[in-house]
Amino acid sequence: MTDEAVLRVRDLRVWYGTERGPVRAVDGVDLALVPGETLGVVGESGCGKSTLGRGLLGLLPEGAKAGGEVRFRGTDLFELSGRALRELRGPELGMIFQDPLTRLNPLWRVSEHFEELLRTHCPDISAEQIRHRSLATLRRMGIPPTRYRNYPHEFSGGMRQRIMIALGLVLNPAVLVADEPTTSLDVLVEAQIIRLLADLRRNFDTALLLITHNLGIVAEACDRVAVMYAGHVVETGDAREVFAAPAHPYTRELLRSTISLSTTGLHYIPGAPPDLVDPPPACRFHPRCPDAMQVCATRDPVTVSPRPGHRVACWLHGPAEQVGAGGDAPLVREEIDVADEA
Amino acid sequence: MSRTAGTLRRYVLQRLALVVPMVFILLTFVFLLVRVAPGDPVSAALGGRLPPEALAQRRAAAGYDRPLIVQYLEYLGNVLRGDLGRTISDNRAVSDVLVENGGATLTLAGAALVVALLAGIPLGLYSGRHRDSFGDVGVRLFGIVSYAAPVFFTGLILQLVFAVWLDLFPTSGQASPITQVRVDEITHILLLDALLAGNVDAVLDVVHHLVLPAITLGLLCVGVFLRLVRVNLIQSLQGDYVEAARARGIPERYVVRRHAFRNALVPVVTVMGLQTALLLSGAILTEATFNWPGLGSELVDYLNNRDYVAVQGIITVFAVVVVVVSLLIDIVNALIDPRVRY
Ligand SMILES: Nc1ncnc2c1ncn2[C@@H]1O[C@H](COP(=O)(O)OP(=O)(O)OP(=O)(O)O)[C@@H](O)[C@H]1O
Ligand code: SF4
Ligand SMILES: [Mg+2]
Repeated sequence: MTDEAVLRVRDLRVWYGTERGPVRAVDGVDLALVPGETLGVVGESGCGKSTLGRGLLGLLPEGAKAGGEVRFRGTDLFELSGRALRELRGPELGMIFQDPLTRLNPLWRVSEHFEELLRTHCPDISAEQIRHRSLATLRRMGIPPTRYRNYPHEFSGGMRQRIMIALGLVLNPAVLVADEPTTSLDVLVEAQIIRLLADLRRNFDTALLLITHNLGIVAEACDRVAVMYAGHVVETGDAREVFAAPAHPYTRELLRSTISLSTTGLHYIPGAPPDLVDPPPACRFHPRCPDAMQVCATRDPVTVSPRPGHRVACWLHGPAEQVGAGGDAPLVREEIDVADEA
Repeated sequence: MSRTAGTLRRYVLQRLALVVPMVFILLTFVFLLVRVAPGDPVSAALGGRLPPEALAQRRAAAGYDRPLIVQYLEYLGNVLRGDLGRTISDNRAVSDVLVENGGATLTLAGAALVVALLAGIPLGLYSGRHRDSFGDVGVRLFGIVSYAAPVFFTGLILQLVFAVWLDLFPTSGQASPITQVRVDEITHILLLDALLAGNVDAVLDVVHHLVLPAITLGLLCVGVFLRLVRVNLIQSLQGDYVEAARARGIPERYVVRRHAFRNALVPVVTVMGLQTALLLSGAILTEATFNWPGLGSELVDYLNNRDYVAVQGIITVFAVVVVVVSLLIDIVNALIDPRVRY
């Protein structure tokens, strides 16, 4: 599984410099993406999903720093020259951003965005070809050709989202990061987009990293899933298997908080995700984990592989000899006052 | 395209409709400003110089013995017909003053605007691009100092250094006497007349005289443009669509030039309009400093002679210029930024 990976991430760390200190938004993530595969990334808001997605393109906002490595077909993006990295972005590494409303240049027609993109990466392309390819991609997204020369503000949010997706797809990148690409779309269009992304990987062997809050989409459209909590990937594995039998308590709680809508009313995980400037020591989930043990508050969990292709970082599955004597005793902690939290 | 033209036409019409109340309000202000002071223009200008009976006669002839409201309505009516009255001290038609001296002011203000833009935009772009560098700090300091320095002070320094010490430029006037004589008056804009006559020597002579006053007045506005462009560029460079362009592999120089710069320059047009008032008031002082034969010099002379009819006429023109320029600026803005049209 590992050698054919088109993108391989090792110990990726991304942090934002702030006045309070570095925000460690991604803190030691390992991932691999093989061609044609869809990896879903889930986790609560603020756990570092978008930061991870940007990191895969080597795209860091001002003030952000990164460590570790992101290898695309074997070359580490962080060691590439600015120009070489830039040339990968677009034709090889694509990104669809989370907030589509402000991602188009307000002074430019939609057509101009496509022209710039295609001219940059295919210098010999003719105006006719540009038009043809752009319109074909837009049409797949349900944007009629008559709107090609409109300005961004003339479109609804959902349409702008679809234009952004079309811009991400028009070059058929080898790796596509889609950051909540369907959040501003209605259910029907959402299903359509998800189907399109599925087609893409079937037809072009695109590896897709799909960031989403919608666990239903993961179950339906993703081969594998990575569950993030506070900058860590706490569990990865086959999407169906993980959902059928979550190994990490956080995954389990996350799943419960959606499914129970139809059963016993809203279940949610008490407490809030931690502050990433000063996260809890050892297992970052221990202040909120129903299963927390003594060892969880003192030592970092070891990542283990209960099944092939399935990895989890939790002391429940950790090597028993490392848990130590008494380490598995329940953790005594101040009760999280649910009323206070709310 | 036709849609765009249609919305633009509608916008311009709406904007034109707005000019009427704006002019009305400004004219009212001018009238109040000049006339609310006790006494009337005739007594102010000629009081003490004529016997009381003659004074009263002149007052009655000019209509200043009528109620203020009647005079106000008459003033509005006259202005609308383009009649700005006759000066009291030297009995010229104010419109003649405009024709004879307006060109010089126009030349000066235009040249100063060019100086301010040519210096302010590149400096602001440089500063924003290399934020917090040595150069940036220097440029910002320059912006503050040049704005804060009084016009006559800047003018005197420039005269001292470049005219007296280095003897590079003349200290005052619009042209050498020989040029004034040789160039036929067609448009009453000396520079333009010289150009029309194809008289290269005369053109160079006027430009030679123009340099120091234009720089003096330009420096007054340069700081405003510089800071505006800098702040806008910094903001644009962090903008979502700029990040999206980077994620599509657009070369950084194009990201900066086509996306960030252009968006950073949009407000410059607006501010250019707002600068008209600053430019005109600065022109008065600059003209006085350099003995530049424009409306500002005339205004100062007439003020010294307490000729309020002349003063009122010239200020009325200044006010109308400000309104018209703001109208033009808005239309240009609508052409540049499609969002404005709605
Ligand atoms: N430019 C930035 N500067 C400083 N901190 C940042 C910046 N961008 C993100 N962060 C912080 O990094 C953490 C992770 O942010 P990120 O956007 O990756 O989360 P996310 O999982 O995508 O959240 P969401 O589901 O809400 O999109 C958050 O705590 C956020 O506040
Ligand atoms: S390591 Fe401990 S605290 Fe962390 S998730 Fe597992 S059981 Fe819970
Ligand atoms: Mg996000």
